Amino acid sequence: MMKKVKTDKPAETVIHGIFFLLGLVAVGCVLLITVYLVIAGIPAIREIGLIPFLFGTRWASTAAEPSFGILPIILTSVYGTAGAIVLGVPVGFLTAVYLSKVAPPRVRSVMESAAGLLAGIPSVVYGLVGMLVLVPAIRNLFHVPDGASLLAAILVLAVMILPSIIKVSITALDAVPKEYEDASLALGATPIETYFRVSVPAAKSGIAAAVVLGVGRAMGEAMAVMMVAGNVANMPSLFQSVRFLTTAVASEMSYSSGLQREALFSIALVLFLFIMLINAALNFLLKRGAGK
Amino acid sequence: MKKFIAAVLPAILALSLLAGCVSTTNPSGSGLAGSVSTDGSTSMEKVIGALGEAFTIENPDVKFTYNPTGSGSGITAVSEGRCDIGLSSRALKDDEKAQGLTETVLAYDGIAVIVNPENPVTGLTLEQITKIYTGEITNWSEVGGNDAEIVLIGREAGSGTRDGFESITGTADLCQYRQELTSTGDVITTVSQNPDAIGYASLASVKESVKALAVDDVLPTEETVKDGSYKIQRPFMLVTKTDTALSETAQAFFDYITTADAAEIIANAGAVSAN
Amino acid sequence: MKNALSPRRRAYAFLMRMLMIVAVGLTGMLTLFLIGYVLMRGLPNLTWELLSTKPSYLSDRIGILPDILNTFYLITAALFLVLPLGVGAAVYLNEYARNKKLVAVIEYAAETLSGIPSIIYGLVGMLFFCQFLNLRTSLFAGALTLVIMNLPTVMRTTQESLKTVPQSYREGAFALGAGKWRVIRTVVLPDCVDGILTGCILSVGRMLGESAALLFTAGFAHELCNFFEGLGSAGATLTVALYVYAKEQGEFDVAFAIAALLMILTLLINFLASLVGKRLNRRKEV
Repeated sequence: MMKKVKTDKPAETVIHGIFFLLGLVAVGCVLLITVYLVIAGIPAIREIGLIPFLFGTRWASTAAEPSFGILPIILTSVYGTAGAIVLGVPVGFLTAVYLSKVAPPRVRSVMESAAGLLAGIPSVVYGLVGMLVLVPAIRNLFHVPDGASLLAAILVLAVMILPSIIKVSITALDAVPKEYEDASLALGATPIETYFRVSVPAAKSGIAAAVVLGVGRAMGEAMAVMMVAGNVANMPSLFQSVRFLTTAVASEMSYSSGLQREALFSIALVLFLFIMLINAALNFLLKRGAGK
Repeated sequence: MKKFIAAVLPAILALSLLAGCVSTTNPSGSGLAGSVSTDGSTSMEKVIGALGEAFTIENPDVKFTYNPTGSGSGITAVSEGRCDIGLSSRALKDDEKAQGLTETVLAYDGIAVIVNPENPVTGLTLEQITKIYTGEITNWSEVGGNDAEIVLIGREAGSGTRDGFESITGTADLCQYRQELTSTGDVITTVSQNPDAIGYASLASVKESVKALAVDDVLPTEETVKDGSYKIQRPFMLVTKTDTALSETAQAFFDYITTADAAEIIANAGAVSAN
Repeated sequence: MKNALSPRRRAYAFLMRMLMIVAVGLTGMLTLFLIGYVLMRGLPNLTWELLSTKPSYLSDRIGILPDILNTFYLITAALFLVLPLGVGAAVYLNEYARNKKLVAVIEYAAETLSGIPSIIYGLVGMLFFCQFLNLRTSLFAGALTLVIMNLPTVMRTTQESLKTVPQSYREGAFALGAGKWRVIRTVVLPDCVDGILTGCILSVGRMLGESAALLFTAGFAHELCNFFEGLGSAGATLTVALYVYAKEQGEFDVAFAIAALLMILTLLINFLASLVGKRLNRRKEV
């Protein structure tokens, strides 16, 4: 008869409990952030009124008669992100297709390291180069009085989201079963046709995930945009100085007080909800793709 | 590899704990310890920075901090007790004084009206400045410069510099800025990069990267600020709570910077001492 | 037998190929330009004096030693906290958890965390760590904020690493009578060190480049302190210092020097990560 080995039950239970708690930390953090944002953001919305806040067109937080309409700021974030996507996704997507399907292995590994490097560069460095190279260039090229504009922000954001789009798209494209491509080639399609008409649609949900990732990144970028976009809350226009949701919070926070400060928290809440919505869309797309 | 990491990591950690232990050879150890926290005007950065540094050289156990948040929030910080001394580059308003705050003049500072060095304009009248900032004059050619649109740069609304500028030029709440920046240094940087920009900044902070205009034919210098002939000027104020006494360290700092000895440091930093 | 392609198909193939090459070329050139420009403008200014002194108003000198130290302290403190938390959570998810729904919830939470913009972390960090927990503006508050930000990264890499440990290892140890914790401690985790190390390196890279989250939590001071003093007081990291020197003081030479330094560190970290990655792959093949 086998002797029962002492399994040290109480210690095991304790340790199980410890790990359980550690596992819940992530959930706790999300709850914490949500709760804090809501608590901090609701008072101002209640005082200003939800419609005047979200749809008011004048943000003058420090005037003698303050006005807290953030429509121009929301629109700027939307247009800026859209612009970055329009520029960054095609370039990133085409690069990914090339690297995943066409490129010789050496070129692929070099370019993948380059993309990794781009991803690792701190956003303030992007902002610095944008401020000193891009903004004067825009001013000289387009003959506008001041280069700090929505266009500068869009260009910087497009470059910043490029690496994430490339990386995720490559992963999605690599995962396409080789049988699909072989079948297509056997039916007489050229390699290029195969890639764009077979592999890409098969990797559709992964590429969509890449785009949504890029959207999240572009919408949440603060530092680089602060250095190139001018920071006045105008309605968005390509060559106008503009303010994004992120920069609105960052630039006024240090000296704000009272209702203005609470309004900034509300802006952060709006930003948070936008991002949550986008992430929900991401999950929905992925589940649909996986269900296929 | 693992052994290497295991050996190097603790060594680095041990070194890091020792790093930064600056051993100052201070013969006249004053024994004063504690901390002084200041908060507020960005225009006062050079002046208060130099004073703080000199103070900590003489009293190495004192920790001096300066938080550049702008005059408005410096006043708020000191009234909420978040710092010892608030720094404001404008005089206190009546309702602020009524909240129990006292102001002490540390120095006088001119507000330079700055343009890009490439700009041919060298001086403007106060009236022209007012018209430019309210949007009546929009092209440099109207004041003797190139044919280019004037780019107006200003400060955020809590700024003491903006308050001083707008009250003296009579443009309060009327200015149509192209950009509203949060520090004096930022205004200088922005103007230095745009040939058609005009801005205002603390004289103490002005660098060669921008050109200061003469206002009504008076160039801003320490002398013209001192004798009042340069019109756009404002005081650098130390703001403290009326009823609460400062800590011993903070009081020592306060006394130090308001004496005549500190005047030289203030002058080197570009402002005109009040003492 | 050669099938001739219709001109339209040939044009299509040609066009798409051209577009792809343009895209790749653009990406490559952008990378080269960024790295080259920053290094070109920054390296000449990266003097020993800059690296080894603190800024002084009286002698009108700028030095970034305090910022370098602050960055180092911050990353060390954050790593010290995020490793046990992240590895522990991953161990729970992979080794202990039975309830599939709970696992899904935790993984969704981690994914959510990784999508939140850093400025929101900075804001919540300021509200919770600096004000509510009364840590004031300090490197420690900044470190805690970075811990939450990098938790998902460490969790994910550790989880992937745990998954590659063959189940036979665990079963063998269980058969010998070891308890679960003992198995994890002595068999599973040691096998995962490379994966955890990768997670570490990735996190260090992210923390190095972080600025928005630190603006309101760690502040702007440039004081020289030792580790524990530094954690308790405000301090600017390299990225925050870059921002201040560039935007608020117009000291572009210093800003580029810091940017060059950051670029070199990023290159190093990428290189280290790929080294560890290669070792991981080699061991997996064994």
